[in-house]
Amino acid sequence: MNLTLKIWRQKNANDKGKMVDYPISDISPDMSFLEMLDVLNEQLINKGEEPVAFDHDCREGICGMCSLYINGEAHGPDRGVTTCQLHMRMFNDGDTIYIEPFRAAAFPVIKDLVVDRSAFDRIQHAGGFISVNTSGNTIDANAIPVNKHDADDAFAAATCIGCGACVASCKNSSAMLFVGAKVSQFALLPQGQVEATDRVLNMVKQMDEEGFGNCTNTGACEVECPKGISLENIARMNREYLKASLKG
Amino acid sequence: MSGILNSSIGRKFAMALSAFFLMIFLLQHFVINSLSVINPDSFNEVSHFMGTNWLIQYIMQPVLIFGVIFHFIMGFILEIRNKKARNISYAKNNGGANSTWMSRNMIYSGLFILIFLVIHFIDFWIPEINTKYIQGDMSGLLADGEGYRYYEELTHKFVPIWRVAFYCLGFVFLALHLLHGFMSAFQSVGANNKYTQGLKGFGKAYAIIIPLGFIFIALFHHFNH
Ligand code: SF4
Ligand code: FES
Repeated sequence: MNLTLKIWRQKNANDKGKMVDYPISDISPDMSFLEMLDVLNEQLINKGEEPVAFDHDCREGICGMCSLYINGEAHGPDRGVTTCQLHMRMFNDGDTIYIEPFRAAAFPVIKDLVVDRSAFDRIQHAGGFISVNTSGNTIDANAIPVNKHDADDAFAAATCIGCGACVASCKNSSAMLFVGAKVSQFALLPQGQVEATDRVLNMVKQMDEEGFGNCTNTGACEVECPKGISLENIARMNREYLKASLKG
Repeated sequence: MSGILNSSIGRKFAMALSAFFLMIFLLQHFVINSLSVINPDSFNEVSHFMGTNWLIQYIMQPVLIFGVIFHFIMGFILEIRNKKARNISYAKNNGGANSTWMSRNMIYSGLFILIFLVIHFIDFWIPEINTKYIQGDMSGLLADGEGYRYYEELTHKFVPIWRVAFYCLGFVFLALHLLHGFMSAFQSVGANNKYTQGLKGFGKAYAIIIPLGFIFIALFHHFNH
């Protein structure tokens, strides 16, 4: 396949940045999208040019590190996959492909396609955990009975890999799907009840402070989420938040 | 509880509550207007009741006006904040791949509805307030004293074709706004459960039937006058 890539290049956080065209040829349709970028970078290095910086780690859809806004969609045109799982067969010979970083004021660009998603970490620190005593008589989590339906929903919420595609796809740069998933995975389990009130209040407060936008329920996040996190999690977070606000 | 309006979820909740209120108001407005097609006499009687009952006039009317203004101001605030949340826009964005046009353009459908409401207030509300509270005529009767004035005034307004066309356009935007807004309000208050699918269908029906009904009423009076 022969393609024209339009890639966002930005030297550092303070640089203005611009889109740059790169023609690339002989790409196999069986390559992953990141492998295609590897080929491009090899060519750039051989020419003595600066390679394109992009995030990646596991390359098997687990870590949430790869990002990229490809042809106007987070993680590209395929559904239920991350960019590392996206294959070049999703494109046609001769295509022009736009490759941009995830855009949000709360995700500032570090370099080229690499953005700083540590806002998500700070939201997690604000309450995305449970406290368990490890004094020697800790109860095994499996010894606490959990309703099957709740357990399934909690597991589904826990599959969120924190990639940030929800924020990138949302016209409001809202982080509600991510925070909804992180609140839900504990709200559904008995282990999560002790800190439930503080958790949702603190996580939402941190989310707002980071400068994410307000959700208007467009549903773009749910469609683009590589893990199929459902909007039900946002509704659950809204309920949890209202409950917690009334409690004080 | 304090400062709930300062949080993103609080604002979302407030937006939904005002939306519910406005959707209920819209329904009763529609039911009363339908009477003008079915039975002008009862339309007159109900209009007179609504226009002179103290509970409606002094409690419900101010609440409604507050609800409308609140919904608009909150909508603008959300839009401005959300624009700020993405300081650099995408060179290429394929919004249609993951969301409806209606959901992405609530601010524009809302803006048109705002313009519509201004005209609608000038057409009906201000003359009504003038007759009742400035000229002090609470009788609701025609100038010659022969029966109620409400039906006459309504049909008279729909004579000029430009007004009928503008109203119809307003209702089209209302339908677009409701097609996203109805379900969105439920999601915002945390209602997403086994009833959601059924509610979606109901919401679509509401969003289409009510504005279509208003369009029918406007056209009916235009062609029957
Ligand atoms: S909710 Fe989905 S899109 Fe958002 S961070 Fe989690 S996995 Fe990524
Ligand atoms: S590199 Fe880990 S999910 Fe893509």
